[in-house]
Amino acid sequence: MKRIISILIENKPGALARVVGLFHQRGYNIETLNVGPVFDGSYSRMTVTTRGSEHDVEQITKQINKIIDVIKVSDLTEGDHHEYEFIMIKFKQSSKIQKILKNLNGKIHEKNKDAMVVSAWGPSSDIEVAIKAIGKVNLLEIARSGSIGLHEGTKVLKI
Amino acid sequence: MKLSGGDLLMRALKDEGVKFIFGYPGGAALHIYDSIFKQKACEHILVRHEQGATHAADGYSRATGKPGVALVTSGPGATNAITGLATAFMDSIPLVVISGQVQSHLIGTDSFQETDMIGISRPIVKHSFIVQNTKDIPRIVQEAFHIATTGRPGPVVIDIPKDKTDPSKLYEYKRAKEISLRSYQPQILPHPGQIKKACKNILSAERPVIYAGGGVILGNAHKELIALNKLIKVPVTNTLMGLGAYPANDKYFMGMLGMHGTYQANMAMHNADVIIAIGARFDDRITNTPSLFSPKARIIHIDVDPASISKIINADIPIVGQVKESIAALIKEIKRSKLKIDSDALDEWNSQISTWRAKHGLDHELYLKKNKSKMILPQVVVQELYHATNGNAWVTSDVGQHQMFVAQYYHFNKPRRWVNSGGLGTMGFGLPAAMGVKLAFPKDEVVCVTGEGSIQMCIQELSTCLQYNLPIKIININNEALGMVRQWQDMNYGGRHSASTYADSLPDFVKLTQSYGHVGLKVTKKSQLKKTLEKAFAMKDRLVFVDVYVDPNEHVYPMLVAPNGSMKDMWISKNTKV
Repeated sequence: MKRIISILIENKPGALARVVGLFHQRGYNIETLNVGPVFDGSYSRMTVTTRGSEHDVEQITKQINKIIDVIKVSDLTEGDHHEYEFIMIKFKQSSKIQKILKNLNGKIHEKNKDAMVVSAWGPSSDIEVAIKAIGKVNLLEIARSGSIGLHEGTKVLKI
Repeated sequence: MKLSGGDLLMRALKDEGVKFIFGYPGGAALHIYDSIFKQKACEHILVRHEQGATHAADGYSRATGKPGVALVTSGPGATNAITGLATAFMDSIPLVVISGQVQSHLIGTDSFQETDMIGISRPIVKHSFIVQNTKDIPRIVQEAFHIATTGRPGPVVIDIPKDKTDPSKLYEYKRAKEISLRSYQPQILPHPGQIKKACKNILSAERPVIYAGGGVILGNAHKELIALNKLIKVPVTNTLMGLGAYPANDKYFMGMLGMHGTYQANMAMHNADVIIAIGARFDDRITNTPSLFSPKARIIHIDVDPASISKIINADIPIVGQVKESIAALIKEIKRSKLKIDSDALDEWNSQISTWRAKHGLDHELYLKKNKSKMILPQVVVQELYHATNGNAWVTSDVGQHQMFVAQYYHFNKPRRWVNSGGLGTMGFGLPAAMGVKLAFPKDEVVCVTGEGSIQMCIQELSTCLQYNLPIKIININNEALGMVRQWQDMNYGGRHSASTYADSLPDFVKLTQSYGHVGLKVTKKSQLKKTLEKAFAMKDRLVFVDVYVDPNEHVYPMLVAPNGSMKDMWISKNTKV
């Protein structure tokens, strides 16, 4: 099952590598990874998506928590949550584009006869569907932000 | 007074109470070495290889409970320290390893003796620091010691670029009153609700077992463990790392458990209805096949590290907390409880264990008996050693058959007396570790039990022992082969001894020891063993290397049957499986 793990980590050199390294050391895979400083910038919020059983994810979160620079860890998939991903795509003209753009809050940044650059965002499952719909033939380049997410309601992950 | 980076470091180490620094100088560490020269608080012990520095610091720590300190230079100095860091990491030993680094402006340019120490050590340290501003050195040292010694202990690296110890740049020394890190707050007290549940389960158990590991020793909780069992009187087993946590001569002690654990300890674990795991981590050398592990037991698991709980074996009652505080809370709760343990059931259980012990238990009087072997049995060497030292020595070991024989036959009645590399299984650990122990306890008997394979992995430290006058006794259980490898080859590979023998090319250990300025003694006959050991221990002020030739065909038993075996499935001799 896909899991979305949010991590608050000290914004220090090498801190990110400790988390990324841990996944490899413990035999787990990172599917997507997003990181950026939040609040006063002294710490960052990382969002990692991975796949694993409940036992696997419990181990992953416990092991991440042991990293000295990690302040807090939460598995968003444990409860109700919002999850989105942002993409930028460059592709040859596609007839399906209008529909895709409409469904995924899309925006056209550049359009000429050989290529078109658009951005879009939405739940990562919808993003996957959209990429498939455009089709390999038309696709020139994709950049994905990786999932980011927040708990639903008043629950927060914060220092 | 303002100080240079090197002086700040030495001042900070002094304020941490550091007595010994085990190290080896080199370019990137030279400013630090100059600062060492100018102070008297910390004695520097010059080893002959950086692996020796980390193991010696590690041995010092295991024996004293204080953090060990090692200092190495950049590049090869740092990489040579890696095995020692990994050894300490696997056994949760608090070390602070300081590595010199090339100058900041050279980092990343593949400069001379440059290696990314933070990068290569990352998976095998509890934490690491790189010094970016010289003025931070005192704070970093304080944080490093705090992290190394609290919670689940472990090694911490401080990497210091050479320009950060520049003698011409001076800074104010400031020491914080206390260290508080927002991202690191280890749990100390156990959850009272969990303690209540544990108490209820223990007092309603019919076949309980205490399974205590190295955490009891690291957490200084052996007295609490003894007090707990005075109250409940249940069978106790210790892991390899936990030996000494519960007195070996106590009647409730079943010996070590696991791969080469005693028959009664493994049988008790398999048949228990409640397992009280304390500071132990259900390592694969304990559980055998996890899905077949102790099918009827409810598991109470006390550990300071939440990640150790339910990692391999699911805990029914997880208790996160320091073992000392947790056992104390458990004792209080048991005393307060109205429940009483079923003493009839417990008597029956204890007598079942005695039956198992009588049936296939270890023979601790082997040394008194005539046996078929013409050669000396390695088990007998350990038994004779036990008697020659009145069971009072600090014993370090290397890795392999000799290590298991010591674990089985030297009865450790006190914590910390048994110093060995359990988790990583590092050959070469024993001699440098013994140096650390001997420096800490110069008046006590310190013995390194080793094999002719392991000892050659850090033999160079014999020179260090001469320089610092460390009269350790080395018992070399010489079977002219990599014994444990050979045992596996005998059992699983049709006796094909691939790359495990070298009888034709072993050094003359007596001459070798003599050339290092020590005493070497050789034993080949049964009749010489006791006398030679007595002779060795009579030479109080000399390092004596006793090279004992033993029966090379001897195997370590019991041995858990693998793969697909449980803890009740054991080889108890070469041809008997139970």
